[in-house]
Amino acid sequence: MKKTYINGVGCISTQKTFDTVFLEEAVVNTNETVLSIVPPVYKDYISPAAIRRMAKGVKNGIVASALAMKDANIENVDAIITGTGLGCIEDSEKFLKNILDNNEEFLTPTSFIQSTHNTVGAQIALSLQCKGYNFTYVNGAVSFESALLDAKMQIEENEANSILVGGVDENGEYTLSLFKLAGRIKKEHDLPSNILNTNSTGVVYGEGASFFVLENERKDSTYAEILDIEIKNTLEENEVESELIAFLKVNNLEISDLDAVVFGFGGNNESDVYYKNLAENTFAKTTQLYYKHLSAEYDTASAFALWMASKIIKTQEIPEIVKVNSVKKPAYNTILLYNQVNGKNHSFTLLSK
Amino acid sequence: MKGVAITGMGIISSIGNSVEENYISLIENKIGISRIQNIPTVHTDAIKVGEIKKTNEELVAELQLSENNNFSRTAMIGTLAAKQAVENAGITSINEFRTGLISATSVGGMDMTEKHYYDYFENPDLIKYISCHDGGDVAEKIASELGLKGMVTTISTACSSAANAIMLGARLIKTGKLDRVIVGGTDALAKFTINGFKTLMILSDDYNKPFDNTRKGLNLGEAAAFLVLESDEMVQKFNKKVLARVSGYGNANDAFHQTASSENGDGAYLAMKKAFEISGLKPSEIDYINVHGTATPNNDLSEGRALLRIYEDGKVPDFSSTKPFTGHTLAAAAAIEAVYSVLAIQNSVVYPNLNFEIPMEEFELQPQTSLKMKNIEHVLSNSFGFGGNCSTLIFSANK
Repeated sequence: MKKTYINGVGCISTQKTFDTVFLEEAVVNTNETVLSIVPPVYKDYISPAAIRRMAKGVKNGIVASALAMKDANIENVDAIITGTGLGCIEDSEKFLKNILDNNEEFLTPTSFIQSTHNTVGAQIALSLQCKGYNFTYVNGAVSFESALLDAKMQIEENEANSILVGGVDENGEYTLSLFKLAGRIKKEHDLPSNILNTNSTGVVYGEGASFFVLENERKDSTYAEILDIEIKNTLEENEVESELIAFLKVNNLEISDLDAVVFGFGGNNESDVYYKNLAENTFAKTTQLYYKHLSAEYDTASAFALWMASKIIKTQEIPEIVKVNSVKKPAYNTILLYNQVNGKNHSFTLLSK
Repeated sequence: MKGVAITGMGIISSIGNSVEENYISLIENKIGISRIQNIPTVHTDAIKVGEIKKTNEELVAELQLSENNNFSRTAMIGTLAAKQAVENAGITSINEFRTGLISATSVGGMDMTEKHYYDYFENPDLIKYISCHDGGDVAEKIASELGLKGMVTTISTACSSAANAIMLGARLIKTGKLDRVIVGGTDALAKFTINGFKTLMILSDDYNKPFDNTRKGLNLGEAAAFLVLESDEMVQKFNKKVLARVSGYGNANDAFHQTASSENGDGAYLAMKKAFEISGLKPSEIDYINVHGTATPNNDLSEGRALLRIYEDGKVPDFSSTKPFTGHTLAAAAAIEAVYSVLAIQNSVVYPNLNFEIPMEEFELQPQTSLKMKNIEHVLSNSFGFGGNCSTLIFSANK
């Protein structure tokens, strides 16, 4: 069975995660409930005409995937697998508003076309002329991990040698206002936000696009090996630890073998209880990291975590800004990522040097 | 290659609320294309649709959902079909083995979003529907109704979505990651998709006519179908009845245009080629092709050309599109057509491609136009979607 290596990364996020070394310019914004991406210079990657036409998510996906491919030093891939919670939601909003406002008349197809969930993956395929396998997953917080699991299976089974995998979501204004109404986004009066010591519900919402080149061979550019990914729809608080231990056991590992664990703390106290016991007990002697204070929360925010963990394994450095505790390890060779939202869509991702 | 065992099926479409009802409609030429009733739209008289003639209230009652439920129509029909499939497979204790759910949808809860979009701020009772918009919510609802706690995910690649869900499920079984998996898709009709396809000018105002020279476009439909796939160990252990097997699958990208298919059907050709490679079958071994056949000028030309590239000698097996019965049910299409493919194998029948009159001027291809009884070992089913997404599945008799 072939092994899966992360050989290139590209990240567009609410932080400056391109043209930088590793989060040295990161800023924690605790005064806003919604964060937007730091935009790259699109014209370096996309023609001006296409920039005007393309949805935000498509543009970010194209740039992030181009960065990842350049990083891995490859020109094309055998497959493209994307995860997205809501796809190009701005175009969905636009088309729906036009339908409602104009009583189903005077409509043009552009925003309908872009609203299809697989637009990002399709547009990357179109720009690369990649005729290979092309899947898009849309399942809340495991949208990205579904793509990652699929890619790993493709490589293991020799169905592909190189795969572009990414997670992408964009902010849509009206949708954000609905999320605020539904309590999914933190209330203004609960600011400033403090993800690790929160006593309110709701999250700081954001957007981003993180892409990875996965290949079946180790190269100079290799960041990490993906050992395993597991997705569980529902777990009770008291079931998480035993599930995690079982997951590690399948991979011949124990808790003490982990050098670091990356938690998906989102600042919603109802959801974050899932990490609490793990942080206080199970992983008390493990370096603990978090990231949603930098990336903000969105369906594919966990792709930012994979970017971060990949960088840590490659550089062996952990930026102070992402540390939950002060535990230090001599080396960071084995890292576990655990994410979930409100007790649903749990994912375990295991990386090694 | 033996393929992955199918041990259960469930379906609801405009031609029936169960596998049996769908089969009877298919062999008795009972079509489900009609005027739209459940959605108020200005296009009522300009389009025909494959609508399930049950109101949301009726679906709520049938599923015995609580009054404060926030199920979208997509989730309700999906739950109905998935429950049938699980029952059909004789599964009682759903979490006893590693069991997953791979769903597919393109509209998700858009039917509720478009209904309440501007009213959310006025009516607090509606707020519960905000979270049912996203595609993953549909699988979430189905999983929760089934009591399934394991791996759940959703694929959304437009009109090939369910084919890809079946494909992923088959791979999860083959690689031993799961013992059994419920795979399929669901999409309800929505104003959003009606208007979207309308602006693309690919909706017919009449009954759709796949592969006919005068075809004008598609009829949209709504449906849900799920199949249960199980590992051979599970089949042996519980002496399960195997309905048929998923023996081949392939996905490729046309990389030509966001919504149009390439003229020579590159993506479709590559998807079929991959499916043959996986199955180890030769094209000549296929007894029936359930074509994508949406009846848009572009699809049928592209698909026809791809078929002729696979069958270079021009000897294309009996083929038909079942979309004149059901309409094009988008992300659910490949799942309902998977059920029809299995039924074709079980009952030794090729369904008629209704409404066909005049062969296309570009080639000689003629679909099967009347019901034909013959032994069927292998069925090939095509599904293509926006974004150049092309998928092929091959179903085989259990030998």
